[in-house]
Amino acid sequence: MPLLKNNAFVTDDWVHLADEESVADQQRVTVSVERLVREWDDLVNFPGLLGVRLSNTSKEHDLSPFVPQLALIVLPFPAFADGRSYSIARQLRLDGYQSELRATGNILPDQLQFMLQVGFDAFEVTDRFPLDAWTKAARQMSLAYQRGLFRKAGEREVWSERHQGFTAWEEQPHAG
Amino acid sequence: MYRYDEFDHQFVRERTAQFRDQADRRMAGTLSEDEFRPLRLMNGLYLQLHAYMLRVAIPYGTLSSRQMRQLGMIADRYDKGYGHFTTRQNIQYNWIKLEDAADILQALADVEMHAIQTSGNCIRNVTTDHWAGAAADEITDPRPVGELIRQWSSLHPEFSFLPRKFKIAITGAPHDRAAVKVHDIGMRLHRNDRGEAGWEVMVGGGQGRTPMIAVTVRDFLPEKELIPYLEAIMRVYNLYGRRDNKYKARIKILVHEIGAEKFRSEVEAEYARHPHQQTQVEQRELARISAYFADPKFEKLSRFAPAFEDAKRSNPQFARWAKNNLATHKTDGYAIVNISLKAPGEIPGDATGEQMRVMADLAERYSHDELRVSHAQNIVLPHVRLNDVFAVWQKLAEHGLAAANYGLAGDIIACPGLDYCSLATARSIPIAQAISRRFADFDREQNIGNIKINISGCINACGHHHVGHIGILGLDKAGEEYYQITLGGSSSENAAIGTILGPGFAFEDVPDVIEKILNTYLAQRADGEEFLATYRRIGAKPFKEALYAAA
Repeated sequence: MPLLKNNAFVTDDWVHLADEESVADQQRVTVSVERLVREWDDLVNFPGLLGVRLSNTSKEHDLSPFVPQLALIVLPFPAFADGRSYSIARQLRLDGYQSELRATGNILPDQLQFMLQVGFDAFEVTDRFPLDAWTKAARQMSLAYQRGLFRKAGEREVWSERHQGFTAWEEQPHAG
Repeated sequence: MYRYDEFDHQFVRERTAQFRDQADRRMAGTLSEDEFRPLRLMNGLYLQLHAYMLRVAIPYGTLSSRQMRQLGMIADRYDKGYGHFTTRQNIQYNWIKLEDAADILQALADVEMHAIQTSGNCIRNVTTDHWAGAAADEITDPRPVGELIRQWSSLHPEFSFLPRKFKIAITGAPHDRAAVKVHDIGMRLHRNDRGEAGWEVMVGGGQGRTPMIAVTVRDFLPEKELIPYLEAIMRVYNLYGRRDNKYKARIKILVHEIGAEKFRSEVEAEYARHPHQQTQVEQRELARISAYFADPKFEKLSRFAPAFEDAKRSNPQFARWAKNNLATHKTDGYAIVNISLKAPGEIPGDATGEQMRVMADLAERYSHDELRVSHAQNIVLPHVRLNDVFAVWQKLAEHGLAAANYGLAGDIIACPGLDYCSLATARSIPIAQAISRRFADFDREQNIGNIKINISGCINACGHHHVGHIGILGLDKAGEEYYQITLGGSSSENAAIGTILGPGFAFEDVPDVIEKILNTYLAQRADGEEFLATYRRIGAKPFKEALYAAA
């Protein structure tokens, strides 16, 4: 599965561990959210970078004690029409999470811009579509009405454009 | 009324270009129907029994003459010469070809309209009081907030893949003409003790298979908190609404299953978690939008309009129409003109391209260039001088638009039913036509008085049968259509879900059944008592006796 990041397919340098696999000798690992909670006292001392794989029924606010220590959060889209992870992503960003936020599962190019706007910045995507289908889809609309979301260069927020002087939007926090 | 600025224009243009590309890819075969489906649905294009159906958004039911003319043009050029106004204040065209769809969206964009989010599991077109800005009982015109919600909800990245569709209705008047209590979110503007205006926010109403009246989650929400509070509700729904069964996926089921108290505390907790500088209502934006909805320049007129009174005296037909189809305007010397799209024997909510142009011309000349679509599938000319009403009526009469049955037995809400819809289990339109013919006699219909008869052709309840004073639900039993009757529903401030009367009836018996129900009412009513009041006083028993005793 290609990993799409900053308009390019890149190599995933993270190791995604099953619950029984050891973290020893690893540099960058993700663990399941259950394991993260269960083994937190050990994992907090992990010398490399630590990430977590959430389910889309995870309660984001239960994670807040761990979030500052995390370098990657992976959110799933079990079906393309299952939109729960959009809201979890938004909550994480609103709570100040600044590291990589990765979407995985069923993702269509036509959804990419929405995902970017709620704060995702990495995507495990199907190899059915060429890179240019994704990069084109990422900038389908140059305008958006909502405020307080994440925007790429060239995207404008209508309400901020109309009323100059209002704090427009935050910069993309993580350019990973 | 609202006008697009450069940003609104660009937004809709980009969206139209995007759709054209998708439709081209579909016709070239590089996009499968499965892949195209969610994309076309986000632009209001359905595949129905016979053809594509395009549903066009009419935000808060308000149209200019130019827009209405364009809708007429689309009816003539791309459909079979007519369009169907819906219970969500929209219009749908039932005979659309895929190769025309992008051109139609372009024609809509030319007059500041679109079909964005008229379908799909997203926030749909916001609806409101069809007398907004004209009604005598109104606190404030709710349409600026309607426009604010339209913009905020357009392609909202967080809320475009909800568990199910999501409908918001708002009203700025104490008498609820927008059915806010049977919407996913209903909002009612009112004033607190200090005279400030704020919103009562109600959640979890709806019709469909599981009809429910909304519960109040906030009594008084200050205006500037509107958008962030809506986002908190939407987020709770998006996270916790059921996705395992599409018939249990609306927010009403969530509210019902976890309970109103728990739902309220979830929303309040979500709302309290973050400050909302980014999303709170920008007062400059609301002021900018509100300026478009300023009152037109009403003349200072006397409450008494002699030409109008003379016309009524000399023309009894006009007098009858005026009695039912006019409503009190907030300004002396003006009236709200309600055009019934329910001429006896016609299809409720349908209008031909020519009729649309006639109504557009009348609005331009007599109603400050404005028209409204009501959720009861009628058209409103909101600001007509009383002394012009006779001229308006004459023109309407020439074009089959002067049915004098507004609010009466013939003014029926009906879904398209089995004649068009792929979900329907029975026909609705022919039932509506038969009933309206049956009660076409003016004196008889007048004697029966205000009544709402609503017809749905399946349990999805698009014809609002649950909230009809008399509701008719078309079902299918072993290949035969049959019709279940409910009584006592209401969609206004005293909202209620109707009660099923008993076993259903065959297609051809329905007009007789309705007649028996109305005869029972006439026999039992107290002086001046409307149908709903009589039903609430005497209950279902006398009606059951009338229908089932003999059998």
